[in-house]
Amino acid sequence: MQIIQPHYHAIARTAQDYEKMAMSGVVAVAEPAFWAGFDRLYPETFIDYFRQISEFEPTRAAQYGIRHFCWIAVNPKEAENVSLTREVLGQMPEFFQKPTVLGVGETGLHKSTKNECDALEAHVDLAMKHNQLVLIHTPHLADKAHGTKRVLEVLAGMNVNRSRIWIDHVEEQTIKPCLDAGYWVGMTLYPITKCSPKRAVDLLEKYGRERILVNSSADWGPSDPFTLQECVLEYRRRGHSVQEAVEVFHNNPCHFLGQNPKFDIQPIRIESDRTESGSDQLRQSVSV
Amino acid sequence: MLTPPQIVETYFLESRYMLLEIAAYLDRYDAAVNRDQADNSIGNGSGQATGAEDKKLALIRRAMTMLVEPKPQQERTRALLELFATQ
Repeated sequence: MQIIQPHYHAIARTAQDYEKMAMSGVVAVAEPAFWAGFDRLYPETFIDYFRQISEFEPTRAAQYGIRHFCWIAVNPKEAENVSLTREVLGQMPEFFQKPTVLGVGETGLHKSTKNECDALEAHVDLAMKHNQLVLIHTPHLADKAHGTKRVLEVLAGMNVNRSRIWIDHVEEQTIKPCLDAGYWVGMTLYPITKCSPKRAVDLLEKYGRERILVNSSADWGPSDPFTLQECVLEYRRRGHSVQEAVEVFHNNPCHFLGQNPKFDIQPIRIESDRTESGSDQLRQSVSV
Repeated sequence: MLTPPQIVETYFLESRYMLLEIAAYLDRYDAAVNRDQADNSIGNGSGQATGAEDKKLALIRRAMTMLVEPKPQQERTRALLELFATQ
């Protein structure tokens, strides 16, 4: 089955990830700009990072037949450095011209401070002015409910196209208000600290497939990109069809990311043909 | 060996994760029961009795009440293994 990994921090991972992802059906990944584990001091560090994920990383993924796309932003954890944020934001539009840059992300909140909220608003404003998609990080653990509420409040005060904004890392206590407000949401699968594959499938069964993405992030911390494949297996073992799985794990990313024409992977439809022996054969076609 | 505060810190997130999985398991069961009841009302439900699974769920619930004992008479792990051996 073909899978798209819509949130994946490739530069923190080895080529073995790419190899095993390719062997398990991953055809594309999208890499949001991330926190490096320490607060960066210089705008130039971000510029080189953006060059790495928009120019170099696609070549590494291509060796395994995987398409690589990316997002650019100043990470919420670094938003307390106001002058740095302003300088990086000023240089981001030139990267919007790159062939694999899909939009602004991951921006969002970490501790939900005033500087973080200001930075989030500036990122979203820049994205809307340049007709870019937006990927918004929501805080982890104890800060999640409050931080997600603040994200929604910041966005509510802006003139945004909600269908072009993806609020990520939702869980049971935050998914409904984000969906109700008209945004896309993402469930991020982590071994311990975020959503689990089983809980993600529970949420898919409760809220349906519309405007929901599933990703496993995978960064330099304890994380595992193959929790996404675990989630596919869990979804299938509960009786959902191959086509339903394709809708969640391939076509939904196509629908959201494809709002930027640079993301040109098309939704697919698996069709079942009855053979003379009576067995079903699956045939894949591209639906437009 | 680890100190008491180190034990709490080292295994807190892992314990949080496991409790969330148990909560999700119970929610998943309730959702399935509600679906089945709704389907039964239109004649499409499984019609299966809930007695067998209720016994296992009762064990899970009993285990959770044993975990909240602040000073159990024997180790919690051993007590739970003995409880589950009764099924």
